[in-house]
Amino acid sequence: MKVRVLVSFKESVLDPQGQTVKNALHSLGYNFVKDVRQGKVFEIEVDDLPREQLKVKIPEMADKVLANPIIEKFEWEILD
Amino acid sequence: MKFGVVIFPGSNCDYDTYWVLKEVFNQETVFLWHKDHSLQGIDCVVLPGGFSYGDYLRSGAIARFSPLMQEVREFAARGGLVLGICNGFQVLLELGLLPGAMLRNKNLKFLCQFVHLKISNARTPFTNQGREGQVLRIPIAHYDGNFYAPPETMEEIKKNNQIVLQYSTPAGNVTPEANVNGSLENIAGLINKQGNVLGMMPHPERASEAVLGSEDGQIIFQSIISWLS
Repeated sequence: MKVRVLVSFKESVLDPQGQTVKNALHSLGYNFVKDVRQGKVFEIEVDDLPREQLKVKIPEMADKVLANPIIEKFEWEILD
Repeated sequence: MKFGVVIFPGSNCDYDTYWVLKEVFNQETVFLWHKDHSLQGIDCVVLPGGFSYGDYLRSGAIARFSPLMQEVREFAARGGLVLGICNGFQVLLELGLLPGAMLRNKNLKFLCQFVHLKISNARTPFTNQGREGQVLRIPIAHYDGNFYAPPETMEEIKKNNQIVLQYSTPAGNVTPEANVNGSLENIAGLINKQGNVLGMMPHPERASEAVLGSEDGQIIFQSIISWLS
């Protein structure tokens, strides 16, 4: 069973790397790009646990380790 | 008086810090391995600079879970002196012993240079041998030193006078131009509310001997020694 966790900066936090990527895209002519936020993706192989248990454990892991809740937010999904 | 310098895999200022405490200040100093469970009766613990665990995930994020860090947490709760330098500062933030977090430097560059720092609070165990407004010249070397905290946390920090060192001009003016990495309030050094845990991005151990270009970093170590005496 695979789980994907996506960690990105909160809206209130500046993301200079995303800004730089946006500027690079603009300089290549992709001017329709309005904003870029860069984040991290974790693909995590886990035991086949009941969904209810994952709903507790995965956010707990994300909060404790994968993301720093002061500056980052996360979302997650079960891949298969 | 006994000092302990923590070694994580990837620490690289551990020996410099040990050298300064032992050879420059003649203090009893021991190394503490991150997997140890004892602080060996030390009076002050230093988390040195470097790249603990290769900065994987986030700077300081993995080091925070080392067994010794639980001891450090309890030591701090009992009022023990904790000094985190550079990566050590980042570990203290991840550990929650200091408020806020580090973002990548505003210009996305690794900064390795001398900077000027204004002492904004000289009534701490780490700065009592300096005076408020005094300017120190100490080098920085970091990628993630752009201090951030949400507005309500910043208010607390200011209210409690927790800002100890600020990036400044050589004359001691705290200006946007002097703010090398984009930190809120030009924060270079921050203390906890209780006043026994200091995190600082600049490296005082690299500025404690004239041969290295500055002795201004001595003030930090002298202050700790004087406080513990």
